Amino acid sequence: MLNGTTAEIKPREALRINPAKTCQPIGAMYAALGINGCMPHSHGSQGCCSYHRSHLTRHFKEPVVATTSSFTEGASVFGGLANMTQALSNIFTIYNPKIVAVHTTCLSEVIGDDIPMMIKKAKEEKIIPDGKYVIHANTPSFVGSHVTGFASMVTGMVKYLAEASGKSEAQLKAEPQLNVIPGYIDPADMRELKRIIKEMGVKTVMFPDTSGVLDLPQDGQYRMFPSGGATIEEIKSSGDSVGTIALGHFASHPAAIELDEKCKVPSALLELPYGLTNTDKFIHALRTHGGVDVPGSIGQERGRLLDAMSDMHQYFHGKRVAIVGDPDHVIALTQFLVELDMKPAYVFTGSSGKHFEQRLTEILGNHAPDAMIKQNVDLFELHQQIKNNPVDLIIGNTYSKYISRVENIPFVRFGFPVLDRMGHRYFPAVGYMGALRLMEKINDALLDHKDRECAEENFELIQ
Amino acid sequence: MSEETNTTTVTELDPAAVKAEMLKIYPAKTAKKRGKQIILNDPDNPPEIGANTRTVPGIITQRGCTYAGCRGVVMGPIYDLLQITHGPVGCGYYAWQTRRNLVRPPEGTTNYLQYCMNTDMQEDQIVFGGEKKLAQAIREAYAIFKPKAIAILSTCPVGLIGDDVHAVARQMKEELGINVMGFSCEGYKGVSQSAGHHIANNGVFKNIIGLDDKPDEAEFNMNILGEYNIGGDAWEIDTLLRKCGIHVTATLSGDVSYDQVKKCHTVQLNGVMCHRSINYIAEMMEKKFGIPWIKVNFIGAEATAKTLRKIAKFFDSKKLTDRVEEVIAQEMLALRPVREEIKAKHKGKKAALFVGGSRAHHYQDLFRDIGMEIVSAGYEFAHRDDYEGRKVLPTIKVDADSRNIEELHVEADPERFKPSKTPEQIAALEAGGFNFKDYEGMMVEMKKLTLVIDDISHHEMEKLIEIYKPDIIGSGIKDKFVIEKMGVPCKQLHSYDYSGPYAAFGGAINFYREVDRMLTTKVWKFITPPWEKDPQSATPLTHTTKTEAKNETKAWRKPAAADGAEG
Ligand code: SF4
Ligand code: SF4
Repeated sequence: MLNGTTAEIKPREALRINPAKTCQPIGAMYAALGINGCMPHSHGSQGCCSYHRSHLTRHFKEPVVATTSSFTEGASVFGGLANMTQALSNIFTIYNPKIVAVHTTCLSEVIGDDIPMMIKKAKEEKIIPDGKYVIHANTPSFVGSHVTGFASMVTGMVKYLAEASGKSEAQLKAEPQLNVIPGYIDPADMRELKRIIKEMGVKTVMFPDTSGVLDLPQDGQYRMFPSGGATIEEIKSSGDSVGTIALGHFASHPAAIELDEKCKVPSALLELPYGLTNTDKFIHALRTHGGVDVPGSIGQERGRLLDAMSDMHQYFHGKRVAIVGDPDHVIALTQFLVELDMKPAYVFTGSSGKHFEQRLTEILGNHAPDAMIKQNVDLFELHQQIKNNPVDLIIGNTYSKYISRVENIPFVRFGFPVLDRMGHRYFPAVGYMGALRLMEKINDALLDHKDRECAEENFELIQ
Repeated sequence: MSEETNTTTVTELDPAAVKAEMLKIYPAKTAKKRGKQIILNDPDNPPEIGANTRTVPGIITQRGCTYAGCRGVVMGPIYDLLQITHGPVGCGYYAWQTRRNLVRPPEGTTNYLQYCMNTDMQEDQIVFGGEKKLAQAIREAYAIFKPKAIAILSTCPVGLIGDDVHAVARQMKEELGINVMGFSCEGYKGVSQSAGHHIANNGVFKNIIGLDDKPDEAEFNMNILGEYNIGGDAWEIDTLLRKCGIHVTATLSGDVSYDQVKKCHTVQLNGVMCHRSINYIAEMMEKKFGIPWIKVNFIGAEATAKTLRKIAKFFDSKKLTDRVEEVIAQEMLALRPVREEIKAKHKGKKAALFVGGSRAHHYQDLFRDIGMEIVSAGYEFAHRDDYEGRKVLPTIKVDADSRNIEELHVEADPERFKPSKTPEQIAALEAGGFNFKDYEGMMVEMKKLTLVIDDISHHEMEKLIEIYKPDIIGSGIKDKFVIEKMGVPCKQLHSYDYSGPYAAFGGAINFYREVDRMLTTKVWKFITPPWEKDPQSATPLTHTTKTEAKNETKAWRKPAAADGAEG
């Protein structure tokens, strides 16, 4: 397995091998599914749309619908206006969504299709029925990654929909509402964030929200537009909120900043609530800006997490870990690993962004000064680095499982995509309870490995 | 769904009305276009179906792109051919390990299916061109992996910005001294994956086939074309043929090496599984090297037996014919009890199949093996000949999309054109009812008035389920959970839902069992909770004494084990 990968690292400038990122539109499609009654639309050739739907379906095991402009050579040469117009006409007639969220592909970006103009024209020609919405995001994959695409679509929601109604500050503060922009996390995580928010008693609008869209119960019925997702009215009202809590520099902060510029809504720019202190910050922000007390039940969840951290500390302490994934995920998770006194050794993301290195240097500074922190890097290089200096644990998406197998290193699946296990579809990783689940997975991986590999005399009943 | 329900037959429904119902919601232009792709079958005289035409924008389709057909389907499984996708990161990423073409390369060979290599094109290259970066990527790949050969696969932006991958290939071939080949398989080049198959066929034929003239030593030597070893299908076929004494030089493309492809023109016969994706190579090999091709099908026990007999007849050897009969008898002995057991349970149940370019036809045989009925079927990216039979080939109009794709001009090779049969032998076989270069298509084997639907849309699939209430549907990943949310089990026929193999006799047994599992799972029966079924059925509150509790199990005896239960 992977036997073309050698420890010797030859310089590479042009060749990407086993990427740790993918392209923008899949993120935009995922974000769009977090709007209630939304049809994501891929403006380009149908292959991209097919790939993105397939891949999201494999991760969620749920229906993922999206339409495409189905470009062939003609559209590629003469522009995609006719295709877009026909697509919108078909979409509203046949599927009747409340809103269509258009994203571009490399193809429509290269030919320079002007989407706002197309939307405007379709509106004038009544192809978009009254009361229906079409929004868009530009998502060229020769820039950024799937995370950029996600962020751009969330920003697009703000650009097209959010509005300040002009109510006075006193009116807004009378019944204060907070926005939560959750980031590129799973429906189970979004559901957990909402549970915590409810427990806290804060009035919030969360967008996007894919819970109730991509984690549907089996009840014998298919609904193309299920009841979940942030409604258009909710997103509109985000301009009237007293503040925004945005989780993740890469996936969520751009939309929060856009909203600030557009509607003057201030924001708390946090990291994803993985682990203890990032969840603390989230709870603290909800408490302070939502004007509530932290209920005892949340305090108890925190206490149980902390109890596990003290009970199990010895199994985590000092373990060398390779973490690879999306930048927001890796930053927040690394923070948690530091809280557990683990030693991050390789902290990699396939996406680009200096903030990643800057932030992780801060987090790891004193704790693991030798850690290798890299952005815009791939799994091939991670494997080579591991060959040169091994680790005790790999944390990454499903693609990392090949490295785990060939190097016989325990492995925890985390992030996007997970194509071969079921837990992420139902159990959250965010919040205190999510942190417990992450701990359990890490601990199981390490101890299962020890139980399988250790000498018989060291095979112990109790750990 | 309970086992007794759903035994209505197709004829009780008026398929014309079903078709009208499917089309009702569409805008006029869309309805007109889709109307040509939804056909009421006539097996005696298959009506013309609209196929290999553009998908209407805005329609939720199963189809993918030309790149997917070239890179993902035909080229991907050649395991020691290093393949670099030229383009932005996504296209190559999604094609990485997502098709289940299993391979087991010999020890020490690098399996490039585990690697996703691409040029991760950035804005700079979009603006200034990507040829330099591509050349550099090839150099780097060579320096790291030292492969025998390299293929470059193009994605949409490549064609638009005008990168010449063929020029880069020539330049690198010279520089590195290995075979480097380019494929212009940009996604927009055709209306579906199908264009990509054709482009890959051309590339393999031009650049690989014929590079090694040394045949494998074997009395009966053939290739299996259009078989992709999903879940190990090609291994089942290979094992079966080997049992019969037939050697397979190359399977295109399943668990196949670059070297095997190089010499695959040295065989006596080509057997074509998936006609859609590979008939071009079969045709070109016949023209250039004189290798006859026949349609084969190893999906379904009856189909497999028929195919083996056809191959034996071709080789015209008593020894082989006897051996084939022996093998069929042996295999059937093991298969029959399973088939009968499962047939008894599921006979008359209804299946519908919408997938690919051959599977929606081939898998009908497996369902028929166990007495199930096909209520509707259609391909995702096939052409008219795959529905109506190759006899319609001369009447197919070449439209603007197909004209894009190069038709190679092939002539008989002056030295290497060596047909394994003389024209007289061929004529004699044909006189005896043997069909060379023929595929009769899906329609002749389907019942009158069943609906044949090309490139089925999401909306039509929903209607079909509502009206026909099939017991099981064969489809792909994008539809699977839509269908299952409606309470109908769905078998993915691209990936087999990560099970299989389903080819040949052993595979057929797996498939019967899998269908049985899917049709008898309890899960669909749990959908309605007990309080909705019968609000009065809650466990009542009762008083229990300690003595009663103690006595409760006292009188119980373990039932005697049924005879042979331990066996
Ligand atoms: S062309 Fe661009 S958008 Fe489409 S799959 Fe490839 S990288 Fe993604
Ligand atoms: S960009 Fe083109 S080649 Fe790539 S997936 Fe999309 S349609 Fe296919």
